[in-house]
Amino acid sequence: MDALRPYAAAFSSRFLLMMQYRAAALAGFFTQCWFGAVHVMVLAAFYLGAPEAAAESPLSLSQAITYTWLAQGLLAVLPWVGDPEIADGVRTGAISYDRLRPVDAYTLWYVRAAGWMTARLIPRVALMILAAGIVLPLIGQDQWAWQPPASLSAALLFTLSETLAIALACAIIMLINIVVVATLNARGVNILMQPLVVIFTGNLLPLSLYPDAMRVALLVQPFAGTLDIPNRIYFAALAGQMAWLGISLQVFWTVLFIAVGRWWLGRVMARLEVQGG
Amino acid sequence: MPQILVQDLAKTYRVAERDPGMFGAVRGLVRRRWRTVQALKDVSFSLERGELLGFIGPNGAGKSTTIKILSGILRPDSGRVEIEGLVPYADRIKHVGRIGVVFGQRTQLWWDLPVIDGFDLLRDIYRVDPKRYRTTRDELVAMLRLEKLLDQPVRQLSLGQRMRAEIAAALLHEPSILFLDEPTIGLDAPSKLAVREFVKKLNQERGVTVLLTTHDMHDIEALAQRVIVIGHGRVLADSPFEALRANVLAERRLFVDFAGDPPTLDLPGVEVRKRDGRSLELAFDPRITTAPALIAAITARHAVEDIHVEQPAIEEVIAKFYDLHGANEA
Repeated sequence: MDALRPYAAAFSSRFLLMMQYRAAALAGFFTQCWFGAVHVMVLAAFYLGAPEAAAESPLSLSQAITYTWLAQGLLAVLPWVGDPEIADGVRTGAISYDRLRPVDAYTLWYVRAAGWMTARLIPRVALMILAAGIVLPLIGQDQWAWQPPASLSAALLFTLSETLAIALACAIIMLINIVVVATLNARGVNILMQPLVVIFTGNLLPLSLYPDAMRVALLVQPFAGTLDIPNRIYFAALAGQMAWLGISLQVFWTVLFIAVGRWWLGRVMARLEVQGG
Repeated sequence: MPQILVQDLAKTYRVAERDPGMFGAVRGLVRRRWRTVQALKDVSFSLERGELLGFIGPNGAGKSTTIKILSGILRPDSGRVEIEGLVPYADRIKHVGRIGVVFGQRTQLWWDLPVIDGFDLLRDIYRVDPKRYRTTRDELVAMLRLEKLLDQPVRQLSLGQRMRAEIAAALLHEPSILFLDEPTIGLDAPSKLAVREFVKKLNQERGVTVLLTTHDMHDIEALAQRVIVIGHGRVLADSPFEALRANVLAERRLFVDFAGDPPTLDLPGVEVRKRDGRSLELAFDPRITTAPALIAAITARHAVEDIHVEQPAIEEVIAKFYDLHGANEA
């Protein structure tokens, strides 16, 4: 256990520190409610305005709405930006101290990113479930509500798939972190990530609603594993073997990105330049 | 076998350059120009266990770069470093568990965490045995008078308080070597004294090898038995501090207030530095003419109201030394 002690400590300290930011969690939640409501209204307009097309859609309106609430509740999982602590450390030179710790550099940053992400995720997703999953049905707005998973097996597979989504997103965040360290600048890569994440995770529109010709490509690209695949498993749109295929895709991208990240971080660190002071 | 062995170390940095102004910025997008800066050209020295070495030199001389290579953060372009049989940048994880490092201009404690939480985190990161950790921590807390600061978040500490906490943080895993990069920078006088006193004690009582860089010559005077002067990426001198002072600038100053207009003096080994009303400031080399002989020679011929001798300030000694070697920053 002693071998894992540093990483457990790095994870929990970051997690506990981030959990202190209650105002940020609340602000995030309200933003998510707002965007979620707008999305739901737009989806409703399309579905109700074109009933023939809607009948052929791979997602029903109520599934599309649930997808929206899932996407908003799980927003913190998506790899929008690199870990701000790393970006800060690059700017101030504090990452020198990370090099002085007798631990694996990649794992240290990975678990820190995981602590940072999960601490933001938990309060936001809890509030979202409360608002869209419990309050909306209670006030008689069931048609706009966050519906439960398709079945018990869908729920269990979703839990596994969502855990992998977090692992994959952390591996992507690590790649962003490495670009930040290599270029000594966080803004460039963070700005590039925004449109990629919005489109390719399914955050803007469920990936199964894109034209047929694009569907396979959209499903196998890595960002699908951070949101769209777990969501499809939630509705049992991916069930049985197909669900396991989706999960395998998540594992594939996670393992690949961790391998690439480890190799790349080693290279970047070998020619690290810490100037001044 | 010395504890720290450094041979022919060289390191260059690449710096991006662009012409000033709008046009330069646009051109920089298309073609990036790089300039190489040679931070270290040729640095060699060795250090025995328990030594306390001061590293001095002007800004940009290569002091920090040397410390960063020795601590495993940077990899040199060429040369060899061995510390307790390990090459820092090759055996980084093993090496860094044995050393403690404090960078005076950066912080290793967590800004938003209370000091004690930061210490506990370091305990886990260095895998220190919890029982052993409590003993070490309590000793450090007592020695550095941190008792009242432990529950405060780091951001609320004054610079002097923070530096004491930083030093404790670097020693929780009981390293046998401590690197201090400008540990007294920006501190007030009492804090500087506290840091010096602690470092001295650590070195003398615990036998911890200390390598420190500083711009404060009082640090060097108070602490270092041995001094390395570094400039333009080379070792300019490596000697006991007193020897450095004696060799580089044996010069003394004689301040004389005359009763009347000061005369023109023509004495061997004496130079007039400043003329101010009836006063003269003379510089002389005690190896050519001693102070009593010089005073006797002046008072024999001229009416004198007041007279006193001074040693030049250490800062001046060093500034002169940098000048002599052309070591000052361009």
